[in-house]
Amino acid sequence: MATMHFDPATLLADFPILAQEVHPGVSLRYLDNAATTHAPRQVLDSIRDTMERHYANVHRGIHALSEQSTELYENARGKLQAFLGAEHAEEIIFTRGTTESINLVARSWGDANLKPGDEILLTEMEHHANLVPWFQAAERTGATVRCAPITDDGQLDMEAFKSMLTTKTKVVGVVAISNVLGTINPLEEIIATAHAVGSVVIVDGAQQAPHQHVNLAELDTDFYAASGHKMLGPSGIGILYGKRELLQTMPPFLGGGSMIRRVTTEGFEPAELPTRFEAGTPPIVAAIALGVAIDYLKKIDLNAVEEHERTLTVAAQDRLQALGGVRILGPSPDKKVGIVSFVVDGVHAHDIAQRLDSHGIAVRAGHHCTMPLHKRLGVAASSRASFYIYNTQEDVDCLVSAVEDTQRFFRKRK
Amino acid sequence: MNEEEIYQEHVLDHYEDPYQKGTCPGATHAHEEDNPLCGDVVRMELKIDDEGKIADVWFDGTGCCISLASASMLTEKLHGKSVDEAKAFAADDMLTLFGARLTPNRQKCCLLPWRALQAAMFSPTTDESQK
Ligand SMILES: Cc1ncc(COP(=O)(O)O)c(C=O)c1O
Repeated sequence: MATMHFDPATLLADFPILAQEVHPGVSLRYLDNAATTHAPRQVLDSIRDTMERHYANVHRGIHALSEQSTELYENARGKLQAFLGAEHAEEIIFTRGTTESINLVARSWGDANLKPGDEILLTEMEHHANLVPWFQAAERTGATVRCAPITDDGQLDMEAFKSMLTTKTKVVGVVAISNVLGTINPLEEIIATAHAVGSVVIVDGAQQAPHQHVNLAELDTDFYAASGHKMLGPSGIGILYGKRELLQTMPPFLGGGSMIRRVTTEGFEPAELPTRFEAGTPPIVAAIALGVAIDYLKKIDLNAVEEHERTLTVAAQDRLQALGGVRILGPSPDKKVGIVSFVVDGVHAHDIAQRLDSHGIAVRAGHHCTMPLHKRLGVAASSRASFYIYNTQEDVDCLVSAVEDTQRFFRKRK
Repeated sequence: MNEEEIYQEHVLDHYEDPYQKGTCPGATHAHEEDNPLCGDVVRMELKIDDEGKIADVWFDGTGCCISLASASMLTEKLHGKSVDEAKAFAADDMLTLFGARLTPNRQKCCLLPWRALQAAMFSPTTDESQK
């Protein structure tokens, strides 16, 4: 598909929600994209169009609307397969998002394969979504969770990671891009070394799939999770990728309609992939809308997006640091993408976010679902600005001057 | 909501120059509450006398402007009051005392010290003999 020239200022016109004043006379500057992104008009139109013209339950009715819905829903799966470079469409399971995808693997694969003495190797920079399901799996199976440490500049300590990787390791869970540090992890190396000891690998791609080209077949990961709402789609839809051979051996996660081939009063026979893991009526409208979001992303060159986000990251980091009294979390901009988390001396993250909001700037404040990481960094909370395709240099200007203003506000009274 | 309403002068005054921030000499009751969501921690220490009066009350902790200012306002308000009066001081009273209007998320910050104080009245320090 031909990619179009990428110009954030032009793209902005596609995002009605961004063209608003959040307070009288104050325009919105949306810098909370790592939490969730906004949807372009095309995605919004799709939601309406599906509901107005095609909507019915999928895989069930022998009637026109059900056939249309089913086709649109399965087309969306095909779009995700192509976008993420999966070999087969049935390797893409629709879920509610990254959290559900990881829970599916921890429950289904985990309960069937883990036993006392086995180890689950995670990292200190994981989101709670890739920690808690494994703690729960460990509780059920008697396996042990270990967390590989990070270096002081917020990169995975690969030496330590490799030393913790042993034949006891049955699963490695790693975030592709940290939602706090922005750190891009060396997935190829992690996956190859994990496979060498016979471990499977699950990659939390929540912050990668929206920002970087992914080719799952080449990457050779066993599982990969992502959320539609972080890549221009609506909330309530995400994907789990799993290698076909693995998914085929796994017991179903949720039970109910759709996921069965046959039910008798004695029991059930699970369905084939992918419906085996899609019990009940799925988020039909959201899945179709995510397919349209993928169409939108495919028209843009993701390499150009990454470059653009890096330019904004460098500018934001350099200028925030120049203010003095600002600590940036994570590695240098060449090793990260799109995320600038920072701590301002003497001003709590909540107070920063509140003051920034009065300038129309939306940032996240808190621990961003990474309590172990914040403990490791020695900060209780941080503020996070995160960029996406529609952010501009002007957004960075506003961010920096609002942080400066906040420092002045709390300083002048002392 | 306009944040200027939140950071009112009296809020900032309490934040920068808090009432009774530190430890309470001869404390009979104490409790620490945290808000794991933002890492805020507030500890309340009280000295309750034989007549059931809060003879002394101090707070300590780390947090945002809202939680620390509300801790200061609360200690000032309840210093010298009876335990019964303090127990009757409800969450809504705390929000009213704070003054500035708060969104539901920031109400949690404001109520952290109040939760610590309510629990402290039921938490005698183990070293009763030093009373
Ligand atoms: C790295 C990472 N993993 C997992 C999640 C959870 O995603 P969701 O809430 O869509 O399930 C997020 C988003 O908050 C994230 O940033």
